[in-house]
Amino acid sequence: MAITEDRVDETGTLADLLQRVEALETEQSKQVKKKNKMTIIAWGGQLDRIWPTTILATTAAASGMEASVFFTFWGLFAIVKPGVRVTGDNWMQKMMSVMNPGSAQKAKLSHYQFMGAGPAMFKKLADDQNVAKPDELIGLAQELGVKLIPCQMTMDLLGLKREDLLDGLEEPIGAATAIREMREAAIPLFI
Amino acid sequence: MSTTIITVDAKGQSCPGPLVSLAKAIKDAPAGATFELLATDPGSRSDVPSWAELTGNNLESAETLPDGSFRYLISRAV
Repeated sequence: MAITEDRVDETGTLADLLQRVEALETEQSKQVKKKNKMTIIAWGGQLDRIWPTTILATTAAASGMEASVFFTFWGLFAIVKPGVRVTGDNWMQKMMSVMNPGSAQKAKLSHYQFMGAGPAMFKKLADDQNVAKPDELIGLAQELGVKLIPCQMTMDLLGLKREDLLDGLEEPIGAATAIREMREAAIPLFI
Repeated sequence: MSTTIITVDAKGQSCPGPLVSLAKAIKDAPAGATFELLATDPGSRSDVPSWAELTGNNLESAETLPDGSFRYLISRAV
């Protein structure tokens, strides 16, 4: 009696094991494969956000990681070509572009703005300390192969054209592609 | 076989300058190539070992020179 029970148990265990292996394999095939990659959602356009964004992206690229930055909302202003002034097709878009001029050089601080004196002081300190400024870091990022990706929706919202943005950017993408970028990145950040 | 040491002088550069200079120099070098990184950024004391770990290159030595600057020897792994 005891022997029979053992045999039943063994076959039961084997079938159970096979089932568990199969379940694990199915589970694993559903798992997200992470890449040695950093993806930053650059949402903020302020100097104190754009600065760490560009430092982290260039450092990741210099450390052998794949790196991409998705510029959305205020962040998109950081990759507007310097010198591009009035943009957009209607008075609202035009007014906003005048109120909030683009390019990383024009970025304001979240604190210590002091009517523009704050950013100027920060840049002076950066020069004194040999710290690269965001606009320089954007160029460096491109040189190191960081993918700089504009948000299509923000471009539409603000009436910004491809030619209003810096050269050498990736094709504009939407939210789903941004999520795909983040999903495969071992380090996804929102700054 | 004599080893040529390529010097990367990143003195005066702040984060992430020294690493970017090193990465640029090492990019096209053959495996086994040895680099000497000179830096004054105190952050490099933690950043250079981290960079070596991230990239898989070998940090052979790290030292502080009498003038307070830092000298790192790195060999390219792959």
